Amino acid sequence: MGTFAYFPHTPEDIKVMLERIGVASLDELYADVPAEFIRKEEYELPSAKSEEEVRAWFEGLASKNTRLKVFVGQGAYDHYTPSVIPYITSRSEFLTAYTPYQCEISQGTLRYIFEWQSMICALTGLDVANASMYDGPTAAAEAMRMCVACTRKRNTVVASSLLLPNVLATLRTYARYSGINLVETAEVYEAVAEGTLDLAGVIVPSINRFGIVESHKGLSGLVHEMGALLVEYCDPSALAVVKTPAEWGADIAVGDGQSLGIPLCYGGPYVGFMACRSEWMRKLPGRIVGQTADAQGRRSFVLTLQAREQHIRREKATSNICSNESLMALWCTVYLSLMGPEGMRKLNAICYERSHRLHDALLETGRFEDPFEGRTFLKEFALKPLCDVAKLQQVLLDAGFFAALPTPEGYVTFCVTERRSDEDIDALVKIIKEAAL
Amino acid sequence: MRYYDRLIFELSRPGRSGYSLPGGGESVNFEGGLWRESSLVLPEVSEVDVVRHYTNLSQMNFGVDTGFYPLGSCTMKYNPKINEEIVPAFNALHPLQPESTVQGAREVLDFMDKALAEITGMKHFTFLPCAGAHGELTGLMLMREYHFSRGDTARTKIIVPDSAHGTNPASAAVCGLDVVVVKSRPDGLVDVEDLKPLLGPDIAGIMMTNPNTLGLFERDIKEIAALVHECGGLLYYDGANMNPLLGVVRPGDMGFDIMHLNLHKTFSTPHGGGGPGSGPVGVAEKLVPFLEKPRVSGFHGNFGVILRACAYILSLGRENIKLAGRLSTLAANYVKESLKDCYKLPIGTVCKHEFVFDGLSEPNGVSTLDVAKRLLDYGFHAPTIYFPLLFHQAIMIEPTETESLQTLDAFIEAMRSIAEEAKRDPELLHSAPHNAPIGRPDETTAARQPVLKYSAE
Repeated sequence: MGTFAYFPHTPEDIKVMLERIGVASLDELYADVPAEFIRKEEYELPSAKSEEEVRAWFEGLASKNTRLKVFVGQGAYDHYTPSVIPYITSRSEFLTAYTPYQCEISQGTLRYIFEWQSMICALTGLDVANASMYDGPTAAAEAMRMCVACTRKRNTVVASSLLLPNVLATLRTYARYSGINLVETAEVYEAVAEGTLDLAGVIVPSINRFGIVESHKGLSGLVHEMGALLVEYCDPSALAVVKTPAEWGADIAVGDGQSLGIPLCYGGPYVGFMACRSEWMRKLPGRIVGQTADAQGRRSFVLTLQAREQHIRREKATSNICSNESLMALWCTVYLSLMGPEGMRKLNAICYERSHRLHDALLETGRFEDPFEGRTFLKEFALKPLCDVAKLQQVLLDAGFFAALPTPEGYVTFCVTERRSDEDIDALVKIIKEAAL
Repeated sequence: MRYYDRLIFELSRPGRSGYSLPGGGESVNFEGGLWRESSLVLPEVSEVDVVRHYTNLSQMNFGVDTGFYPLGSCTMKYNPKINEEIVPAFNALHPLQPESTVQGAREVLDFMDKALAEITGMKHFTFLPCAGAHGELTGLMLMREYHFSRGDTARTKIIVPDSAHGTNPASAAVCGLDVVVVKSRPDGLVDVEDLKPLLGPDIAGIMMTNPNTLGLFERDIKEIAALVHECGGLLYYDGANMNPLLGVVRPGDMGFDIMHLNLHKTFSTPHGGGGPGSGPVGVAEKLVPFLEKPRVSGFHGNFGVILRACAYILSLGRENIKLAGRLSTLAANYVKESLKDCYKLPIGTVCKHEFVFDGLSEPNGVSTLDVAKRLLDYGFHAPTIYFPLLFHQAIMIEPTETESLQTLDAFIEAMRSIAEEAKRDPELLHSAPHNAPIGRPDETTAARQPVLKYSAE
């Protein structure tokens, strides 16, 4: 004892503390635990490693992963992370704090959450945003629940089958246990027009899982006529250039902040966002930060509208969410601050140009057909392969590319971010052109 | 800490920028029916503006690295720095990459599955849940799947003690279960006699925190487990209070069937100002077939957080893991015994990792909120206050095993002088904090006239 870096207790300290408590040993502190439950056997875990050994252990494992050039999106986009971000987010004052319960010494956290809320409102065009959700798919599930809560006794939610597969899977999970009637369909307008009296909400993608920028013309009118809410699932990076949820008349916008410079990191941590029109503000789940002042009139920020939350309302809360993804919200806030409106526009223009370059070159190889000819895409697109998909994938993997991810319809998807250079694109096309498929 | 009154939007100057992008895209203009028409109001700032702004913001924040953070039920232990450094080597992995190309990542998850199973006595874990409450929800889904699989669809109620974390009943409601509350006895433990009549064929199970939110070990757990199992229900273990049992007692051995762990509490990953966390859920053997069924998040859970927890387990090893829980219990009892003469201790028995005072012994009009705010002046984070709801002036203190005797003594001394100040000068406490970047803000106005985003006016 006294030899492990994270435990500061010397044997003398322990003696002093035990004496104050009036017990003879550490084990005596567990005298109230039935003896049969106290573990006597050694835990089958590795022996303690030194810091350098820990480092080497992970370096060994990291080297077992294959570094690939990523040409796949499907909810996780390989955008560049500016060097400023990890420096800021690793500042101990942000990193090692918890939920800002003591607002007087948490103004840093509260202010960046307020900025994040403001930026999510700017991107979506909506009035109010919360402090964050776990990820995009869970944010969509919370939006589904919110539609039911906002329309009271209604219980049917229509979801476009062109939402990302992991969004649909998460919606199905939450619907199953909440008893929500989830209807998945490719024909959203028709499903709404059918006129289910029970319709609480409709969830559609801003950009669908084939990468196509969807038109939602007339949809919000139709949905509102039925007394239901319209939810749009969005890529926040793309919202800098595509029509916003507010412009399409949506009530709620959700999505994943990962595309705002968060590394792929095998799927997480990412961050969900959620925004709505102000009339639904008190049904919004999660934490919300608001502006106020202290007694001296200094601008101050606090957690507010807490009557919605589980620590006050328990089983009547709008959600069970407690910890969210605060640090990742900071990550995105710093990203958007660096990029600004012009950077976001330029970024999307580069993605657009490069993805179209790849799209056109792939069609020229004669190995694909375009099932969505004439439709608009931004950085992700789907093609119908005229060759063996499994073989194609393997050839690409062998050459160090992760591309051509198959869909259930037999298409393959590609995604091109600003990190893929013209040379990368040409190399990918060359391999496909020359491979014996 | 220093007050700094800017929002990043207020530093904006048209034409300034902080981005660095490759060339291209000049020919693209996004015009027409599918593209955005409204202008996008984001800050226009340089890189140095951004760095200074957020550095200034950070200086209004208190973290574990700033000082002692005895926030009850949150396990604010030290976050080792090596755990941060091992993450970037995994940053480039796309979550949908084929298995053959992510062998290192899969090995981390396999190792963690085995290690957590060994530490908790569960059979296997799912890593999809992103936080503790998310784990609770997932665990309850698994509970329901188990009953569904047996055609036992009448089990729609869940028992939750009155001392439970607020997330328990909220998670149950999201999972479509009705909450039935079981009372605590005067000694703070679940009242077994109150429990018995609640049990029946409509009970899906019970959610328990052990030690409970008063920091007390539920010593009747064996009887409770037998009763709940006898009625056909399952036992859910809320892992928020696992820290004192780390290396001492395994929930699986106590009869729990399903549990979650908060990797950001028990396994030292940083709390990040309120996430990202990770709430893996473990189950006993009979529930393993259902483990992968609820798809509760997008990909593989918060992998970056799991990596950090893995590094912590490797650093502790089997030698030190046995000490973690015991030393956290030692610290809590030491603080409790050192302060019980000036703070009301409703339950005096030996506690585990945390304990609850019910305000000052001699309040003189000074509330728990006043005590908490005054502690900020002394350079400490406040404990959790007004929870659990069993006591009106609750002060819930959890010191953790990573604090030295000197730190604990300094905290004890501060708490004692606050008790003295309460007698002598209560006004000083009503108006605290005095040395923080701001004083107490007007929370009523914040809620009545909500200002929830920046606007230029």
